Amino acid sequence: MATLDSKIPAGPISEKWTNYKAHQKLVNPKNKRKLDVIVVGTGLAGASAAASLGEMGFKVKNFCIQDSPRRAHSIAAQGGINAAKNYQNDGDSVYRLFYDTVKGGDYRAREANVYRLAEVSNSIIDQCVAQGVPFAREYGGTLANRSFGGAQVSRTFYAKGQTGQQLLLGAYSALMCQVHAGQVELYTRYEMLDVVIIDGRARGIIARNLINGNIERFAAHAVVLGTGGYGNTYFLSTNAMGCNCSAAIAAYRKGAYFANPAYVQIHPTCIPVHGDKQSKLTLMSESLRNDGRIWVPKKLEDAKRLQAGEIQGRDIPEEDRDYYLERRYPAFGNLVPRDVASRAAKERCDKGYGVNNTGLAVFLDFSQAIDIYGKKEIEARYGNLFDMYEEITDESPYETPMMIYPAIHYTMGGLWVDYELSTNIPGLFAIGEANFSDHGANRLGASALMQGLADGYFVLPYTIQNYLSDQITVPRFSTDLPEFVAAENAVKARIERLLNIKGKRSVDSIHKELGRVMWDFVGMGRTAEGLKEGIQRIQQIRKDFYEQLFVPHIEGVNVELEKALRLEDFILMGELMAHDALNRNESCGGHFREEYQTEEGEAKRDDENYFYVGCWEYQGDDNTAPAFYKEPLEYEAIKVQTRNYKS
Amino acid sequence: MGCAHSGDTHRSRRHGHSSIYIQDNIMAKNISFTIRYWKQNGPKDAGHFDERHMTDIPDDTSFLEMLDILNEQLIEEGNEPFVFDHDCREGICGMCSLYINGTPHGKTESGATTCQLYMRRFKDGDVITVEPWRSAAFPVIKDCMVDRTAFDAIQAAGGYVTVRTGAPQDANAILIPKPDADEAMDCATCIGCGACVAACKNGSAMLFVSSKVSQFALLPQGKLEAAKRAKAMVAKMDELGFGNCTNTRACEAVCPKNESIANIARLNREYLKAKMAD
Repeated sequence: MATLDSKIPAGPISEKWTNYKAHQKLVNPKNKRKLDVIVVGTGLAGASAAASLGEMGFKVKNFCIQDSPRRAHSIAAQGGINAAKNYQNDGDSVYRLFYDTVKGGDYRAREANVYRLAEVSNSIIDQCVAQGVPFAREYGGTLANRSFGGAQVSRTFYAKGQTGQQLLLGAYSALMCQVHAGQVELYTRYEMLDVVIIDGRARGIIARNLINGNIERFAAHAVVLGTGGYGNTYFLSTNAMGCNCSAAIAAYRKGAYFANPAYVQIHPTCIPVHGDKQSKLTLMSESLRNDGRIWVPKKLEDAKRLQAGEIQGRDIPEEDRDYYLERRYPAFGNLVPRDVASRAAKERCDKGYGVNNTGLAVFLDFSQAIDIYGKKEIEARYGNLFDMYEEITDESPYETPMMIYPAIHYTMGGLWVDYELSTNIPGLFAIGEANFSDHGANRLGASALMQGLADGYFVLPYTIQNYLSDQITVPRFSTDLPEFVAAENAVKARIERLLNIKGKRSVDSIHKELGRVMWDFVGMGRTAEGLKEGIQRIQQIRKDFYEQLFVPHIEGVNVELEKALRLEDFILMGELMAHDALNRNESCGGHFREEYQTEEGEAKRDDENYFYVGCWEYQGDDNTAPAFYKEPLEYEAIKVQTRNYKS
Repeated sequence: MGCAHSGDTHRSRRHGHSSIYIQDNIMAKNISFTIRYWKQNGPKDAGHFDERHMTDIPDDTSFLEMLDILNEQLIEEGNEPFVFDHDCREGICGMCSLYINGTPHGKTESGATTCQLYMRRFKDGDVITVEPWRSAAFPVIKDCMVDRTAFDAIQAAGGYVTVRTGAPQDANAILIPKPDADEAMDCATCIGCGACVAACKNGSAMLFVSSKVSQFALLPQGKLEAAKRAKAMVAKMDELGFGNCTNTRACEAVCPKNESIANIARLNREYLKAKMAD
C-alpha cells in the first residue's frame, strides 16, 4: 500500500497555509510553458482551476461531457456562498467559519484543510466581484448577506436563487478568456474513461469522443479531476442526469484511495417524489429556511386526513401545528444543518405525520413571513423558486404551504487527497466535490461553492507547482507509449463487453433498481443487517447487469453506451458506500446508523474508535471487498465535542 | 417498478427505512397522444419524422420524462433511442433545446425550459411535434442534438472582465447601486440555450450577445473593456453565420429567462459608441 501521508504543514493552524506558501517549490514562467496539465470537469472547481493554471502559463487541456463548459452542474446551486467577511458586524471571523464547518461536519473533516478553506474564503468573494459576478447588494451599494443552516451569523453571499449559475459563469468567463489567449484547449462532449499511469505517476487520460465514438489518448505532466460527486448512484437525486462518478472510479480502479464513501448528504428541502417515471428530484434552496417554517400536524388524525386529500395545510389551526425543528432545536430552529433537518423530517414521516398522499412530505410554510414582510418582499427574495415549485407541482407557495422531503444532494466522501489536494497517485489531483477533505460527515449549506472555488482558484494553483517543479526536465510525452496503448485497449475491451451482452433491459431500468436498493439500505437510516443485505443485492444487480443489459450497436452518438459505462461504475460505487457504512459503527453527520443514536434520536458518534478517515483500495470488480486503511484525524485547534444545536 | 417489487418495500419497512419510491401514481390524470419526433443521422442527412402513439402518460410527468418513456419503449423493442440534449432538468443548465409544436421549449405561461414543461399542458388526443433548433449556426449532430459551440466562441471573443486570479481589492471597495446590480443580474441570468436563435427568422444571436454585453456594461468592473467587448462579440457573431436583428421580438417572446430586447438596444448603443471612437 502507498503511504497515507496527509502532508499537513507544521506550525499553529492559522499559520500553516502561509508557511506552506512561503516554502513550497515554484515553477518559473519559462518552464510553465513546457508543462501540460489535464483538467477534467468544468464546474466551479474544474473551470476555476483550468482558468487559473492557464493564466499562470501552464498549457491546459480541459474536458467536459456537456456541449459547453457552462453546463456543469455547479450551475444549479441556488442559495449562496459562504465567506468570513464579517460585513454584517455580527461576530464572524475566519476562525468562526472554520469552527462552524468542522462542527457542521460532525468532527470528521481534516482540520488543517478546513482552516485553509475558511482563510481563502474572503479572496473568493473579492475575485468574483472583480469578474463582474452580480451579487445581491444593499441600497448603499455594499454586498448583501443571508443566513444558512449551521451558522448563527449572516455570511452567505448570493445572487438571487442562482448563485451557482453566476459563480460558474464567472469561472467560465475566466476560462473562455484563457481559451481565447490560447492557454486552454477545450474538449467538450468528451468523457474520460481511464487515467494512464507511467512509472507510478499519472501521465494522461483515455477519453471517448461522444460525437463520433472514437477512443482518444491525451498526455500531460499532471491530471486534475474536478468531476463532482457520486449522488446519482441513487438514480434519483438533485444532481443533473449526466452527473457521474466514472472519472473518480477510474482513478480508484488504478489504485487511488476512496475516502469516506458512506458520507452522503440528504438535503431536507426537495420537492417530494411524485411518480414512478420520475427522473430527478428538484431542490428548493436552503435559503427558504430563512423565512419558511417547517411543520407537520400535531394530531395523527389531521395527518391522515391530509394524506387522504380531505383537508389542506391551511385548514389546520395554528395550535395544532408541530413546528418540530423549532421545538427540538430552539437555538437554531429551522436553520439546523441539513443532516439534522432531514433526519427530523424522516422521523416525523416514519411516525405517520407526513402531509401528502404518500405520507412522505412535510410543510415549508411562508404564511407568517408573508404576513410580516408582505407578498412583494417574499417574491423579491424567493420569486424564482416559488415559480419553479408551481411549475412542477401546480400549486402556488403564496397560497398554500410548500411540501418538501429529503433527497440525495451531495457527497462528502471522495478521492482521498493530502493537504496539497494530491491523491496517493503522484501527479493525480482531485478538487471540489470529487475529493473528500473539507466537509467531514456533513456539509453546511453554501460551502460547496466555497470549496470548489477555493480549490480551483486559490489552493491547487499553488500546490500543483510543488509537484510540477521537479517535472520541468521531463519532456512532453508521446501517446504512443505502451501504457497508453494498453489503457486504450482496456477501454475498448470494456465497451465491447457491454455491447455484446445483448440482453433485453435498458440501462435506466437497472439503474433504478440500484437506486432503490441504495435508498432503502444505504440511505438516511442504516443498520448493519440492512447494509449486509444491501451489499448482496448490489452484487445481484451486477450479475443481472452483465447478463441482461441491452446497449444498441450505434456508430457515433450512443447515449445508451454512455449511460451503461457510468452505471457499471455506479454499481461499484454503491457497493463501496455500503462497505464503508457497514464498517463505521457510529452515527455522524449524514451517516446515520440506527443502532447508534441517543434516547432523543440524535446521532451518537464514537470518537474513541472512529475518529479517522476511512480509506478504501480497489481489489477487483467481481464482488471482492476492497482493502481498508485509516488516516487518523488529529485536532489541535478545536475541542471535539457532541454537536449541539439546541442551546 | 410495478408490483414485482412490493416485497422489497415490505422488507425495507421492516428495517425501518421509508422508501421514497412510489408504486403507483395516485393523483395524476393519464393522457394519450401522438408524438412526431425528428430523426436525423448527422448534419448531412436529410432527416425525417418518426411517429408513435403514447398511451396513458400521467400528466404530472415532465416532457423529458415522457421522452424517457418513449426511449424505454424503443430500447425494449431493440431500436435506437431518440437523441436529445438535456442535463440538469431544473431549467438552469441550458442544455435542453427542443422545438415543440412550433415554439422553442414549448408553450408555458411564464417562460420555462423544456425540462420544466409538464404534460398537464397537453390534452388527450394531441399531436405533439418535436424538432431541433433550426439555424445555420447550430448544425444538427444527431436527431434533436445540435452543435452550439458558436456561443462559446462568441463568449471567448470578449464575454469577460480580464482579471487575473489573485488578490483584487476588497469586494466592498466597489460600490454598486442596487438597481444597477439588480439589472445586471437580470441580464446575467441568460442560460445560453439558444432558443432566441431558434425562434428568430433571421437566426440572429442578438439577444444572447446583448445580454452578456449588458451585464458588463451596467457594472463598473466591465466599463474599461466595454468598447472592445462589444465590437469583438458582434464581429464573432457575424463571422459564425448568425443573422441580423430586424426587431421582430420573437427572441424575447420565447426566452425561458425573460431576457428583454432592451438589452439589444443597449448593445446597439455600446457598439455604436465603440465604432464612433475608432
